Amino acid sequence: MSEKARTIELEVLRYRPEQDSEPLWQRYTVPFTEDMSVLQALQHIKDDIDGTLSFRWSCRMAICGSCGMMINGKPELSCQTFLRDLLPGPVRVEALAHFPIERDLVVSVDGFVKKLEGIQPYIVPKVPRTLEEGEYLQTPAQLAMYEPFSGCINCMLCYAACPQFGLNPDFTGPGVLALLHRYNADSRDGAREQRMATVNAEEGVWSCTAVGYCSEVCPKHVDPAHAVNQNKVNSAKDYFLRWLKPAAAAPSKAGDQP
Amino acid sequence: MKPAVPDVPVESAARVEPAFSQRRPYTRPMGAWWRRDPFFMVYMWREVTAVGVAAYAVLLLAGLLCLMQGEAAWHAWVGWLRTPLSLLLHGVLLVAMGYHTLSWFDIMPKTMPMLFVGGKRVSGALITRLGLAAAVAASLVLCAIVLGVTR
Repeated sequence: MSEKARTIELEVLRYRPEQDSEPLWQRYTVPFTEDMSVLQALQHIKDDIDGTLSFRWSCRMAICGSCGMMINGKPELSCQTFLRDLLPGPVRVEALAHFPIERDLVVSVDGFVKKLEGIQPYIVPKVPRTLEEGEYLQTPAQLAMYEPFSGCINCMLCYAACPQFGLNPDFTGPGVLALLHRYNADSRDGAREQRMATVNAEEGVWSCTAVGYCSEVCPKHVDPAHAVNQNKVNSAKDYFLRWLKPAAAAPSKAGDQP
Repeated sequence: MKPAVPDVPVESAARVEPAFSQRRPYTRPMGAWWRRDPFFMVYMWREVTAVGVAAYAVLLLAGLLCLMQGEAAWHAWVGWLRTPLSLLLHGVLLVAMGYHTLSWFDIMPKTMPMLFVGGKRVSGALITRLGLAAAVAASLVLCAIVLGVTR
């Protein structure tokens, strides 16, 4: 006689804008195996139980940053969160906190993408070089200044961990500010002045109250709280040092960007 | 019937919500957000105990003002310090100060630029421990001075 198949309960926060006035919990029973991730459980639901369930995913190996969601109240990548660590269940799965729910586990990312575009998240060469001049050289010490902040996969877990973003969606937020710092701290980059406008704005670093949970939940150990809070020092310097600069150099303000 | 097409330049048309969109994003409420996660409670207590730190500064300032007003006012203030209410308040403020010190040095490494010693990065945990050690040392020195003066 075969051993009884093990199962686990999942409670998923559903929201179907065409029929639900507000989100509601729905319970599913899925087969349990030791190697199953929460994402696989959701895929089982979609394939075999309820095809209407919506969620984002892509790589299944914690590099694309698509499958972030609240699992038992914590922001997690569902592909690297395993059911075996959540026994006996039920496992509560909800869309990423602090973002508007578009449908089921899918959130609106419009605001995040707009902020990301606004910081020039790429190297703007200080001194442009032609191909013949060769590559931009960097010492290990210069690399160390930005490398810890370069691992961001834009999964937005840090936003779901940030109550200040939840209270004020205009806050630039941990992920984008960490990426901003990654480029500002790069010795090859020359766009610091323009990015400081974002740092100095009210929605910039000063909206952060150093809760620090963003760094706890980051699956890539980027430490956004460190990036944001050391830029409070940079912002203060930027503000006070303007009096020591030549008269033409006005302080960076929000809205100064070209 | 054809849905209405917004009258916008072609290059920005893709970003405009079509008139027939069924998007109705739902924003969840933020009420009592600090109760959602123990991490937020730790943070809220750090912020609340900062009020205790400020309250103790006010208490010391009141003593200084009494000292300026003369001997009678000073003795009245010292007398108030000995009341059960004052002792209870001091007990609460001491606990608040202790918690605030721990939680503040816990977050301190995140507020500083990266430190490198001999080409190696100083870890956040070490910065926290050094901060706490400095706080303990400063408290001990202060206690020694106060006890030495009042003996």
